[in-house]
Amino acid sequence: MTDATSTGQEPVAIMESPIHVDYRFTAGLAQSRFLKGLSQGRFLGQRCPRCHKVYVPPRGSCPTDGVPTTDEVELSNQGTVTTYCVVNVPFQGQSIEIPYICAQILLDGANLAFMGLIQEIAADQVRMGMRVEAVWVPPEELGPTMASVRHFRPTGEPDADYESFKEYL
Amino acid sequence: MSAAPTGRPVAVVSFAQSPQVRREDHRNEVEMLMPVVEEVFSRIGVTKADMGFVCSGSSDYLVGAPFSFVSALDAVGVWPPMRESHVEMDGAWALYEAWTMLRAGDVDTALVYSFGRSSPGQLAKILALQLDPYYLAPLWPPPTALAALQARAVIDAGRATEEDFAEVAARSRRQALANPHAQLSGDRAPGELMKDDYVVSPLRRHALPPITDGAAAVVLAAGERATELCDRPAWITGIDHRIETHALGARDLTSSPSTTLAARGAGLGERAAVDVAELHAPYAHQELILRDALGLGAEVSVNPSGGALAANALMVAGLIRIGEAAQRIMDGSAARALAHATSGPCLQQNLVCALAAETPSGGR
Ligand SMILES: [Zn+2]
Repeated sequence: MTDATSTGQEPVAIMESPIHVDYRFTAGLAQSRFLKGLSQGRFLGQRCPRCHKVYVPPRGSCPTDGVPTTDEVELSNQGTVTTYCVVNVPFQGQSIEIPYICAQILLDGANLAFMGLIQEIAADQVRMGMRVEAVWVPPEELGPTMASVRHFRPTGEPDADYESFKEYL
Repeated sequence: MSAAPTGRPVAVVSFAQSPQVRREDHRNEVEMLMPVVEEVFSRIGVTKADMGFVCSGSSDYLVGAPFSFVSALDAVGVWPPMRESHVEMDGAWALYEAWTMLRAGDVDTALVYSFGRSSPGQLAKILALQLDPYYLAPLWPPPTALAALQARAVIDAGRATEEDFAEVAARSRRQALANPHAQLSGDRAPGELMKDDYVVSPLRRHALPPITDGAAAVVLAAGERATELCDRPAWITGIDHRIETHALGARDLTSSPSTTLAARGAGLGERAAVDVAELHAPYAHQELILRDALGLGAEVSVNPSGGALAANALMVAGLIRIGEAAQRIMDGSAARALAHATSGPCLQQNLVCALAAETPSGGR
């Protein structure tokens, strides 16, 4: 067997093997309901028949109880910022001016917070417990995507009490 | 490492599976699993609270979703916290892990489940990614081509003919007529199947497995807990797993020494004396190789479920073999059974599980 030194060549240290695989994604029955709701400008969640928690976006089961979440629940357009972070790092393809706020938002009546963008307020004014509402894209731009929610903005109501959202950080 | 008689006896006490379908278009993994988990529990009147351990088998590559096995736990519910594990393999290997756990004596019951959706991705490419990454994977050989190389070697060695492959396919799909979960079944004579076109010579359409989405679940129980939960538990008298080299060129593809070794490890003799054998042979010629490796006589009922030629959900079909074999003991139609699961190209890895109605020696 010849080795790299006997052939006078450098040993192979790196090989490239590009991989590309396409997938067809199945959202599932529950998430499909949620996505269709977004295309109508509505937040649709599901309630666990056992612990009565409301999940939005729903995944079809209660992760605590392992049972199907069968009851559909329409949620409010308003919610509370449970926690947030200030994004100061620019990245390629960025469409929003930095600094901006990424927040966990707990819709009124929901038991699961999801991530949303906060706008129409200075980054250093945002706080935990701040009350916000969804700003939807114009009706003709609505679709089965989170991009249907342009962002969340402050409602101007008094902040929510920490006790009311401390479970959802 | 032989896995015969030390520790407590462990049995399969319940089995359930989803309909095995070409494409699960509407439900996500959790939605597919929930009814199966519900059924495997309700058959024996237990809940997740009765389970001491949970182990699953699946592969993130199939759906292209990292940590999909973590979100799949939503189908079980994880509060209060439970002892849980996962293998990036067929559920048959998850069952092996759970069996080890139960033998060790910490827990008395385990839920084993697996799910696999072969339809969302480019399956031929995904399966190429399990090959040796330097010499084989960059060639992207489709699994049908590798299976065809093996089938050709079997023919060239004079071990079988294309007509023999058609016999296997005809019998498997005829037997699948009695399996309500099967994806492919039908009554076509071997002579008729021989008119099929080649997909990759020498494999015609009928000698290939279907592409399948599906899920399955098993409950294991140890010692007296097994007899409490089930009138006729399917006791696991031995289980073993052996692997051959990943270098296909270094293997004799016409035989399966790893299957023979695994059968020995599982306590089966040179001629496996069983009533039923459920073999995970995705390609028709592989059943012939496995029959030889296990020394199965003509009296053994092979793949009464239709086997992997009737439904081959990746990561699930092996666990279903164990479930189907166990089911025949639980329903009283068999006293001894053998289940086999495979993984990797051309039967690279093989697991053999021996099951019996009689409690294995070694005490409770
Ligand atoms: Zn619940």
